Amino acid sequence: MIPEIGQFALVVALAVALLQCVVPLLGAARGDPLWMSLARPAARLQFVLVLAAFAILTVSFITSDFSVAYVAANSTRALPIEYRFAAVWGGHEGSILLWLLMLTFWMCAVSLFSRHMPEAMVARILAVMAFVSVGFLLFLLLTSSPFDRLLPAAAEGRDLNPLLQDPGMVIHPPMLYMGYVGFSVPFAFAIAALLGGNLDAAWARWSRPWTTVAWVFLTLGICLGSAWAYYTLGWGGWWFWDPVENASFMPWLVGTALIHSLAVTEKRGAFKVWTVLLAIIAFSLSLLGTFLVRSGVLTSVHAFASDPRRGVFILGFLVVVVGGSLALFAWRAPKVGLGGRFAAVSRESALLVNNVLMLAAAGTVALGTLYPIFMDSLGLGKISVGPPYFETVFVPLMAPALFMMGVGPLARWKSASLPGIALRLRWAFGAAVLVAVLGPIGAGAWSPMVALGLLLAAWVAASGAANLWQMLGSAEDPITQAAGKREGLSERLLRARRIPLASWGMLLAHWGVAVFVVGVTLVKGHESEQDVRMAFGETVVGGPYAFTLRGVSEGEGPNYRYQRATVEVAQAGQAYTTLYPEKRVYRVQSNPMTEAAIDRGFTRDLYVSLGEAVAPTAWTLRIYYKPFIDWIWGGCVMMALGGLLAVIDRRYRRGRVGA
Amino acid sequence: MRRFILPLVIFLVLAGFLAVGLTRDPREVPSPLIGRPAPAFSLETLADPSRVLTPADLRGKVWLLNVWASWCVACRQEHPLLVEFARSARVPIIGLDYKDKRAEATAWLERFGNPYTVSVVDADGRTGIDYGVYGVPETFLIDRDGVIRYKRIGPLTVEALRDEVLPLLKKYDAPSS
Repeated sequence: MIPEIGQFALVVALAVALLQCVVPLLGAARGDPLWMSLARPAARLQFVLVLAAFAILTVSFITSDFSVAYVAANSTRALPIEYRFAAVWGGHEGSILLWLLMLTFWMCAVSLFSRHMPEAMVARILAVMAFVSVGFLLFLLLTSSPFDRLLPAAAEGRDLNPLLQDPGMVIHPPMLYMGYVGFSVPFAFAIAALLGGNLDAAWARWSRPWTTVAWVFLTLGICLGSAWAYYTLGWGGWWFWDPVENASFMPWLVGTALIHSLAVTEKRGAFKVWTVLLAIIAFSLSLLGTFLVRSGVLTSVHAFASDPRRGVFILGFLVVVVGGSLALFAWRAPKVGLGGRFAAVSRESALLVNNVLMLAAAGTVALGTLYPIFMDSLGLGKISVGPPYFETVFVPLMAPALFMMGVGPLARWKSASLPGIALRLRWAFGAAVLVAVLGPIGAGAWSPMVALGLLLAAWVAASGAANLWQMLGSAEDPITQAAGKREGLSERLLRARRIPLASWGMLLAHWGVAVFVVGVTLVKGHESEQDVRMAFGETVVGGPYAFTLRGVSEGEGPNYRYQRATVEVAQAGQAYTTLYPEKRVYRVQSNPMTEAAIDRGFTRDLYVSLGEAVAPTAWTLRIYYKPFIDWIWGGCVMMALGGLLAVIDRRYRRGRVGA
Repeated sequence: MRRFILPLVIFLVLAGFLAVGLTRDPREVPSPLIGRPAPAFSLETLADPSRVLTPADLRGKVWLLNVWASWCVACRQEHPLLVEFARSARVPIIGLDYKDKRAEATAWLERFGNPYTVSVVDADGRTGIDYGVYGVPETFLIDRDGVIRYKRIGPLTVEALRDEVLPLLKKYDAPSS
């Protein structure tokens, strides 16, 4: 009976969403405040209904109600309780329900934090979001209901995919979806502004915090996914250019461009058309990502559901939403004014160049991801595009982007002087070159790619420091001050409190990029990976460490059997630590999983994963030495924290409380 | 203002491709082995463990390599077709008995019929790994020079034999010029 209540809640939510889509939009068009005022309560009610459905599905998992087909397919009685929560979104139907929950959550949040905005704008925004919600509710109810019954009920479930039985998996999908779906907010803002014809600086200011919050979630979600792949897949890699990873990376790149473009629109009134287009593209890519993952057009580790009806539905929905908004864009954008003019050398130009680079990067990722589909559609054969393509096209796009990242924040709005920028960045440039020359030597061997990576990372870090120094130096205007009078460190430090949080956020995020680049460069340049056959007692050297396989024992986990190796690690003849990599066979799904053993460190990870037994006393092992790999995720976390600081800046809070 | 329509046009082209892509099966992956020499193996035959077969023995002939196993359900589905095909085929069909037990494999062939000129036993699956086998059954077509020309993952069907295998056989089995 209870699962039927869940189903019913979704049906009611659909009715509410339809109302919320149509009535406020008509109200906004007719200027009828009563009709417009329906939007807020409807949004909140929809959230409550979807939350109820989600809670009911969760209860079905916790109580192991195997008369629900979806529960039977994704759980067992032996599944530990925390993974029963994760199992709710472990399959297709639950993932879509989670998507919907996030969408209605954002909708509810907009309804709560929009008191300072004009009623017509809010009505249009919530109507647009309700339209998206209608699409997903129909998708859920028509093609992928999580509440379908299994009669007679299964005696035991088929267990959650063992790859997903991991603490990281409990939070990775919700984070990622919060980000993905979060881009529906700037999208709805953009469509509402296009409809209402009020594409202005105020619109950009309202959009900014929402965009940044969505971006923060997406950053963390991608970061968690990467960390999860690193330790559960047992390959020691942190990014595979898998279609599903790409599907989350494309909106991230465009979202990053959008954040910067919104800044220009808010401050200078420029780039309006460009910003609107980016907002549409960012959300379109989120939808495209959902399509790619859910339709089965691409094969991937993640593509666990493929049903042709679902693909057709999502594609149809994609065409309506994206096609509709781009048609609206084509119709309305020509009427939007150009906004503030700017010179070729200015902060606007720097941001524009970076935006174009970000969009180009997203384009190349899209091309690489979709190329197999293009080739297949044209009957030119089946191919797959691998990491070499992405690495080849990515470095040349990111290198100038990182260079501009150093310049942009120090350039003035409207018009800047090139010699002035060069003067302020001379020390940063010197420091970067020094690091590029000495760094690789310190790390072992000098190689051009490592030098380039360190040069760019040091450049970003040092120019950020130069920017901070300049902000601390001015008495009048912290942003645009040119060469001021000479001041000491203590005088400058006193001014640290005057720097707005948003600027600290920008600095932190940019420094995060530098940390990230250091990680990527050193892992790529200096990692050592060995796939070896080891007899018990044998020793293998990786980096400055010696690994000795002592033995392999067997045992039982809650829903799996395991074989656990004991690997002693020594450094310079001294015992350093002992690692226990495991190989697990989950009882119900009976596929083997590797649980790598990782010794994490600030400057390196030791990574051991267990392969196959090749003889009674010999196994194959993967022994990896990964210098600075944790900096990759550390950098991502810094970027996300930077975004968070920018959002809690007083400017936006005042906007919310006042008016 | 034509440039504002551009994003819409790009998107519609993309959607067209996605629509066609939906009708294709991504699991039909091409093997990187196509056009490459067939990996060497030296395996005991199923009928006689003292006899060993290697691909070199088949030089000068076009032949099919069919990966099968007695535990494989899909193989039973494809088997009648293969038996039928073997009656009319002019080419050797070599069976690669993959990760199987000799007694069970022999019993299976006795029960369902033996379409294979010879079957070889790949008990530990090493040869299967060399051939990139990731699902049984799989079928390879290898030409006179020992080069793999075709690979099919999953059971053969009447259509696959008629439209894919036979034309290739005609092409590569034609009297050498």
